[in-house]
Amino acid sequence: MGGDSKYLGLWYVTPYILGFALFTAFPFVTSFYLSFTDYDLLSTPEWVGLENYEKLFTRDRTFSKSLSVTLTYVALTVPLKLAFALFIAVVLNYRLRGIGLFRTAYYVPSILGGSVAIAVLWRYIFAQEGLVNMIITGLGGEPVNWFGDPGNALFTITLLRCWQFGSAMVIFLAALQSVDKTLYEAASIDGAGPWQIFRNITLPLITPVIFFNLIMQTVQAFQEFNGPYIITQGGPLKSTYLLPLYIYDEAFKSFDMGYASAIAWVLFVIIMALTLVAFWSSKKWVYYAGDKRS
Amino acid sequence: MVTLSDLPDQSRAERTPPTPLELKLRRRNRINAFVRYSLLILVGFIMIYPLLWLVGAAFKTNSEIFSSAWFWPARPTLDGFREGWETSTPYNFGHFFLNSMYIVIPKVIGTAISCTLVAYGFARFEFPGKKILFSILIATLLLPDVVTRIPQYLLFRELGWLDTYLPLFVPSWVAGDAFFVFMVIQFLRAIPREMEEAARVDGANTAQTLIFIVVPILMPAIISVCLFQFMWTMNDFLGPLIYISSVEKYPVSIALKLSIDATEAFNWNAILSMTVLALIPSLVVFFLAQKSFIEGISTGGVKG
Repeated sequence: MGGDSKYLGLWYVTPYILGFALFTAFPFVTSFYLSFTDYDLLSTPEWVGLENYEKLFTRDRTFSKSLSVTLTYVALTVPLKLAFALFIAVVLNYRLRGIGLFRTAYYVPSILGGSVAIAVLWRYIFAQEGLVNMIITGLGGEPVNWFGDPGNALFTITLLRCWQFGSAMVIFLAALQSVDKTLYEAASIDGAGPWQIFRNITLPLITPVIFFNLIMQTVQAFQEFNGPYIITQGGPLKSTYLLPLYIYDEAFKSFDMGYASAIAWVLFVIIMALTLVAFWSSKKWVYYAGDKRS
Repeated sequence: MVTLSDLPDQSRAERTPPTPLELKLRRRNRINAFVRYSLLILVGFIMIYPLLWLVGAAFKTNSEIFSSAWFWPARPTLDGFREGWETSTPYNFGHFFLNSMYIVIPKVIGTAISCTLVAYGFARFEFPGKKILFSILIATLLLPDVVTRIPQYLLFRELGWLDTYLPLFVPSWVAGDAFFVFMVIQFLRAIPREMEEAARVDGANTAQTLIFIVVPILMPAIISVCLFQFMWTMNDFLGPLIYISSVEKYPVSIALKLSIDATEAFNWNAILSMTVLALIPSLVVFFLAQKSFIEGISTGGVKG
């Protein structure tokens, strides 16, 4: 817009620059620094070099347990949730009456997201005397010790997050609906079966959205806190003690800010590394329409 | 194998009786629809039943909760609500709802204003450093909060803001949620600039153009930002858990967690009825604005 100073736009984005500097950039750098210190809030941070990291990877049993629980949780939750979301989106992507109703029904649990209320609900549904066991015994089965058994507890939290597949599904559905219908017709006239069509036409065309969902869900799963904190408090036997819980305990219960920062940085590096791998590998499997890659 | 040339063309198909191929396709469609419906209904039932059970259980007696898996209460009672509302603290649940509002209202307003300003700046102006700033904005979409949380706490502690609501909403006044900025930018990009240019020609400055032209057109986007922020803030747990230490100031999410810890193990209906109340604001907002939610999520892409 003609006569305006070239800095005019900068004024409008000033709030963001301020916010980014104060609440993102500064904390980001500080936490990296803190991870090399011993800081208990009472005295000033004391530089300890790599000691925190050394302790984490060599002596801290809780950390190795927590790390393996976290990786298991992510490896279990993300693929299950995405596969289910995609499956339902494919079923929904059809001219059916009342589709809006189903879409809403599926979406409601995920809009309530990480809310405490939903975690509380889960805790009671899967309790020893809860709804799920009542149904299992009603059908003649043995009640399952969902949260008391270290082998089951993590999976129950995975189930909670899979139950909230709605937002991933809505994104898949939007992508499916934008696939050119004539491609399906052409393939079906050429005699391709439904599976072949899905495998060779639908799936490649929606890879950008699969990629997007994969990254978002992974970043989110690594930061899961409310579910295990409210439902199991990390137990039993630390079987649901995800890294964010460990960070919280170290930082805000033991006030060991340096050590907690080091754990946070390990978690951050894992997330970033996986994201980068995803971006790097995306060149091989993500298809962008109209992309003339040479 | 059937190829394109074997198919009757459209005009002829309308007049002649259906060919065997068409009959076959129609039958296949009916079966297909039946399978899909059955599946959708089954899954829908699994999705919704826990919520139905929750609402029903809130109106049941404790003994009925443990004896029947059916959601409908046989003898509806408000005992759970009466008991749960009083809580184990000196405050009732109404107090905690009010506390939540002290966080939600400033946060929603701050988010709406700051995100609109920043999105306008990014979408409508060229300025030095814009490219870098925009890349930073996108990068922060992926930045896990976990890595900034501790220094943020230390910062707010330094400012003397612990055990106040300030750490919970002040960051949103400076466009703290990159996601919302991004969402508004996406909306703005899709809006043609003619009206704004016309206003500028008529002598309006950029601020006037923003307030009188852009904001009205952008209203649907701003409303969905407000709704998302409302729900996320209502449901936020970790923020208040870290910053709010006195029971008097607890928002609903923390009060609910407190009530599980403080209530006797088998007094379920008191907790479940408060759980229902805690979900009501989000559900009301969702059903009021379902359409903009689903559109927002499919255009911007969203965490959740």
